[in-house]
Amino acid sequence: METIETKAKDYSHILGWGIDADAENDPTYPIRHRTDGTGQPIEQHGYNWERPQQQPIDVEVLRSIERPNVSAVFGTSTPPTGLSGQIRRFAFRFSESEYGHWLPLLIADRVNVIEGIVDDFKQGRTPNIFAEKGMKAAWKYNRKGLIQQALIGVAVTTAVIFLLSKKKER
Amino acid sequence: MLAMNYRGPRRVRIDHKPMPTIKHPEDAIVRVTRSCICGSDLHLYNGNVPDTRVGVTFGHEFIGVVEEIGPEVHKLKIGDQVLVPFNIACGKCTFCQQGLYGNCHESNSQATAVGGIFGYSHTAGGYDGGQAEYVRVPYANFGPTVIPPDMDPDDAVLLTDVVPTGYQAAEMGGIQPGDTVVVFGAGPVGIMAARCSWLFGAGRVIVIDQVDYRLEFVRNYAPCEAYNFKEMDDPVVFIKKMTDWLGADVCIDAVGAEAAGSALQTITGRKLLIQAGSATALHWAINSVKKGGIVSIVGVYGPTDNLVPIGNVVNKGITIRANQASVKRLLPRLIEHIQNGILNPKAIITHRVPLEEVADAYNIFSNKLDNCIKPVLIPSAKG
Repeated sequence: METIETKAKDYSHILGWGIDADAENDPTYPIRHRTDGTGQPIEQHGYNWERPQQQPIDVEVLRSIERPNVSAVFGTSTPPTGLSGQIRRFAFRFSESEYGHWLPLLIADRVNVIEGIVDDFKQGRTPNIFAEKGMKAAWKYNRKGLIQQALIGVAVTTAVIFLLSKKKER
Repeated sequence: MLAMNYRGPRRVRIDHKPMPTIKHPEDAIVRVTRSCICGSDLHLYNGNVPDTRVGVTFGHEFIGVVEEIGPEVHKLKIGDQVLVPFNIACGKCTFCQQGLYGNCHESNSQATAVGGIFGYSHTAGGYDGGQAEYVRVPYANFGPTVIPPDMDPDDAVLLTDVVPTGYQAAEMGGIQPGDTVVVFGAGPVGIMAARCSWLFGAGRVIVIDQVDYRLEFVRNYAPCEAYNFKEMDDPVVFIKKMTDWLGADVCIDAVGAEAAGSALQTITGRKLLIQAGSATALHWAINSVKKGGIVSIVGVYGPTDNLVPIGNVVNKGITIRANQASVKRLLPRLIEHIQNGILNPKAIITHRVPLEEVADAYNIFSNKLDNCIKPVLIPSAKG
């Protein structure tokens, strides 16, 4: 077992190494366990744990470039497809520290919404937007708010159409 | 099987999807008997979490019955009634070995900052969640916990996230006997954080929110002082006045990205998405805590940046502690608290909705209609 004394030998070339070390100065307590059940320190460096068996990679899994491998298990829901998939693949060229990663993913999410509607129509299904937005509940519990929202929507649309048609006349 | 299907911001529906299958020798298939909608599901629902793909099923708070197990599953058997922690954790990686089960490194390829979470976008691993009749549960030897026979299933389902998250919020506050604790947010997690603050010896617990019926609930449930920030000129000054002008010993952000109360934060964080959600609650927490105090964050934010007064963190000498709850670590203690009658989680459940009406349930919860605090979805195939 490595103790502060044995470690000190490794750092003997650094004057004063460890002389103010304080095991109680640990703001991670009790969230992070630094010792195992027997009091032995938990020390690991790098990917040297006994990895769980790898789930067969039979769908496309995008991987953060901040890790060397695909995690032992992963979700298989909705692999990247279409234009949104292309944008997502582009995003994963960048690290999680870059806007180049996150902003394309948000854009891909919006593109994916349109793809979803197109897919619905392709399958002969007209998406029921009102039901998907839970409007039945809104009508039951927030009728006044819903009518207010609808009226604002109609007023804004009318104003935009009016302004655009006036511009055209000029 | 029937499953919730995300179609875009504020659009979800129930659809028939293929049954989940065993993909890994340590997988189990669980038939869901109860599944909650979490406040953090609203970040997905509103389209605020990057890499939330159309077609995915949400849901990270669920219990159910084991229907099928992989060849390497030895700790569960078919028919076991289990509660499934929202974190997908291997139990073997360096982080799991240190008890950081919310930070597993073997369950999420898409991002290193967070471990796998059921039904929480591809940023959290791309798993389908439990707002469905059936769900695939990886690492079944480690995560799922058999529900004690004397436990009410409504209590059990809240042990998968809400109770541990609220408890860990208080735990991370490092509350000492007599401390004043301010909890921002009277949603399910805030309610539980307020209740659990007393377990650590708080001397005073104050909750701040803008929804009167929730404030009324937490005032009686925790019990605690509860105030509406819409009735204040400035919540930070209000708290300073309430605490002899010095601030609270501990502030807890139990809101996260959906916070109201600041036009700038709302527009940039929730409407334009140029920051990772509205950080109003965190901003108030930092500015309301005493010098040398502790801010505990369990409110969920997106992975990019937020406007917070970091200069005040330095100048006031604040300690910030944050994490996703380590559910598996906390379960033994929390089960004990429920069995001894100290905690009564099921009291926060206000709505029981058939899974088929998932879109209405999201609308009710998101818009805080019908005095909703916690909705539970019940699949018709629950058996």
